[in-house]
Amino acid sequence: MSGDRAAPAPGRTGAGARRPVGRTGAGSRWARLLEGGLLHGGVQGSPVLRLFLRWVRRPLLPVMRLWRRNIQLKVVATTLLMSLGVVLLLGFVVIGQVRNGLLDAKVKASQSQATGGFAVAKQRADEAASGTGDNGGTTDGHSSQNVIQWMSDLVSSLSSGGQGAFDVVTLPAGEDSGAGRGPRSSGAVDPTASVPEDLRTRVNGSTLAAQRYTRIVYNDGDKESQPALVIGKQVNDPNGDPYQLYYLFPLTQEEKSLSLVKGTLATAGLFVVVLLGAIAWLVVRQVVTPVRMAAGIAERLSAGRLQERMKVTGEDDIARLGEAFNKMAQNLQLKIQQLEDLSRMQRRFVSDVSHELRTPLTTVRMAADVIHEAREDFDPVTARSAELLADQLDRFESLLADLLEISRFDAGAAALEAEPIDLREVVRRVVSGAEPLAERKGTRIRVTGDQQPVVAEADARRVERVLRNLVVNAVEHGEGRDVVVKLASAGGAVAVAVRDYGVGLKPGEATRVFSRFWRADPARARTTGGTGLGLSIALEDARLHGGWLQAWGEPGGGSQFRLTLPRTADEPLRGSPIPLEPKDSRRNRGLDDAGLPRGGDKQVTVPAQATGEHSAPTPRDPIVPRQAAAAPTADPTALPGSGARVVTRPAAGVRRQDVPPAPDRAGGDTMDGADPEGAGPRGAQRQGEAFRGR
Amino acid sequence: MMSFMKGRVLVVDDDTALAEMLGIVLRGEGFEPSFVADGDKALAAFRETKPDLVLLDLMLPGRDGIEVCRLIRAESGVPIVMLTAKSDTVDVVVGLESGADDYIVKPFKPKELVARIRARLRRSEEPAPEQLAIGDLVIDVAGHSVKRDGQSIALTPLEFDLLVALARKPWQVFTREVLLEQVWGYRHAADTRLVNVHVQRLRSKVEKDPEKPEIVVTVRGVGYKAGPS
Repeated sequence: MSGDRAAPAPGRTGAGARRPVGRTGAGSRWARLLEGGLLHGGVQGSPVLRLFLRWVRRPLLPVMRLWRRNIQLKVVATTLLMSLGVVLLLGFVVIGQVRNGLLDAKVKASQSQATGGFAVAKQRADEAASGTGDNGGTTDGHSSQNVIQWMSDLVSSLSSGGQGAFDVVTLPAGEDSGAGRGPRSSGAVDPTASVPEDLRTRVNGSTLAAQRYTRIVYNDGDKESQPALVIGKQVNDPNGDPYQLYYLFPLTQEEKSLSLVKGTLATAGLFVVVLLGAIAWLVVRQVVTPVRMAAGIAERLSAGRLQERMKVTGEDDIARLGEAFNKMAQNLQLKIQQLEDLSRMQRRFVSDVSHELRTPLTTVRMAADVIHEAREDFDPVTARSAELLADQLDRFESLLADLLEISRFDAGAAALEAEPIDLREVVRRVVSGAEPLAERKGTRIRVTGDQQPVVAEADARRVERVLRNLVVNAVEHGEGRDVVVKLASAGGAVAVAVRDYGVGLKPGEATRVFSRFWRADPARARTTGGTGLGLSIALEDARLHGGWLQAWGEPGGGSQFRLTLPRTADEPLRGSPIPLEPKDSRRNRGLDDAGLPRGGDKQVTVPAQATGEHSAPTPRDPIVPRQAAAAPTADPTALPGSGARVVTRPAAGVRRQDVPPAPDRAGGDTMDGADPEGAGPRGAQRQGEAFRGR
Repeated sequence: MMSFMKGRVLVVDDDTALAEMLGIVLRGEGFEPSFVADGDKALAAFRETKPDLVLLDLMLPGRDGIEVCRLIRAESGVPIVMLTAKSDTVDVVVGLESGADDYIVKPFKPKELVARIRARLRRSEEPAPEQLAIGDLVIDVAGHSVKRDGQSIALTPLEFDLLVALARKPWQVFTREVLLEQVWGYRHAADTRLVNVHVQRLRSKVEKDPEKPEIVVTVRGVGYKAGPS
């Protein structure tokens, strides 16, 4: 994910490329950082950088979390942003229009005013000129004196018509500043500063009026300069000399109006935005509150509080959601109740059957034993019958016991009494219990890995039952060859593996051995008369511990059953200290059935019995044999049936060293000797592995 | 050694066939059985026959076996062996907690039953005078008495045996299996709950604070040992 983001955008690489080579990396790293690493933690930079990022990100995290988790916040924030944008746009448009309207009216009024003024100035000049002509004898000095006076009069008379609505300024035309036609102005206006230079040049060369916006500057220090419209024209004085006449219209009023409009709009906009935000908040709240309530109640329901219900008011969609939700909860509760009742009934039934069956069976058993004791006094037929009766009663008893045990598991009535036990003790008891059978079979039972205590929180009774089952099975199917019981503990798990070198398991059998009443070979004579439920019960026992019971076997190469238990009762299993496939399997020794280097395949079988939520293990590369030096891969032997995750072992070889090496006899002599079928004309060898347990 | 064979056994069982069969087996082994089929009458029969041991079925008409067990235990320390059809945790533990010394799960073999009964009766003939100390308790083995500061504490024979077994070897940690063998007479490992329950019962009688035991100390992961005296 970060890899995709880390690719620098084409546009940004340019900046980095121009840098010295050494800095390029840093540059792209920054680009990467900015392009998403910052908030996604996907930066693969130096530790310092990562630390820095973490430091930057830490205060942001709660905000990001809130943002991600809170839909109400999202909606309100989005609404606020969008309405703010709309209001701003609207404000700009409205203010622009108002300003244009105001200025247009002002400009028109000003222009007509100015035009009138210019006409008056012309008329006065004409009148004065004719008056001067009448007098005839005036001197130039007198005449210029007159002009000065005339212009002053003109300015004051023109400006007096406006009553402060405008000011009048006269300026000499061109470079001419003589003859007393210096700048004049009404209302303390600074004539030169108020009329911009470029307007003067425009007016200078033309006979038409020109206009421009400017600011009026006053000589009077108290008065602030103000925006204005200035209209100017070149006109002649009574002497026929040109001068410039300017009308200055202050825009104070318009500006006031405009700022009023602006203020109003801003206030209104702010209100609208805030109100929209509040409305969005309220509306979303209406929807989100029931959803949140539903989520909370769903959580409580799943936590087992089945009587929780949603409050339903009204008939809207939210109410429908609530109703549907409640109906679902109701049905769920009903079903669960039914199942619980059923289970309770089943348990009661099992318990009752147990008692009802066992009492008469006890009587029969005792009677049979008494008869059996006295069989020497009977004739041979009756004596044999007494023997058969006693034997079959044994079988009947164990079958009944196993059936009851299984049904107890099925009813969920099995309880774990876990306490810290040393598995070596259990193994010792089991092995000494199996010795008589082993002697009869000519099998030696060896225990390895019992140098250190192998302690786990477990139910000793159940673990012993499991191991007894495994050991007795191994001895029975071991064809007189050695049985190796291996103990190991590592990480949070302990394991006991029981290895035999007997007939082994055919492909697919590794799963089926755990099926109820399954027999490897129906035609095979039963020597100890197992019930066919032993491994099923063992599997349930393992599951009850949160452990695994798994089988591995190869035809003719023997089998290995591995019990893995968590070290503490409530700890999930991640792997097993003992590999499911023993080191001395044919495949691990790189041999096929014929004892030749093999290139065969290996088939991983998935538990067929859908008793748990098994995750299908992914078949491994069939060609690569598992070797100690192999690259770390997910060990499928560590696959839990529960779908717990598969943990990649750091190094298969290292882990395997934890396990005490099997004595030579197991791996070497015995195996070679125990491999008569190896040369047999068997087809491509396939091995089965089963992943069982929960 | 064979003197205990003449033991009186009270069989409390409502199943007449089983009771009769038990009678045959017990008589065959030299015991003197007497029978009662009703829980309500069990206590009266117990007082009347004064048995050396009680075989008690857990499921009885009238008062159930647990209740009968509690009543008998309230007035006597006589060994009680429960007959139960259920080896489920709760039943067994409840039975043991109500005062039974041992239990045997139906269906059982006659030999197994007899072995259990003998193991419970055996303790009545070992009169070697012996004084033991465990914690602040003084145990007179021959006199079957346990005293703290001169105050005698009433224990059932089984609890007494358990305490003596621990007190005889105060340096040793006893696993539950070893205790089962020494005190209950099991050859092969059996239900270690027997030990747990009886240790609890013993503690409730001899410990000053059963929550913080000082006489019978738990060695986590191994078993029990006698506290320092």
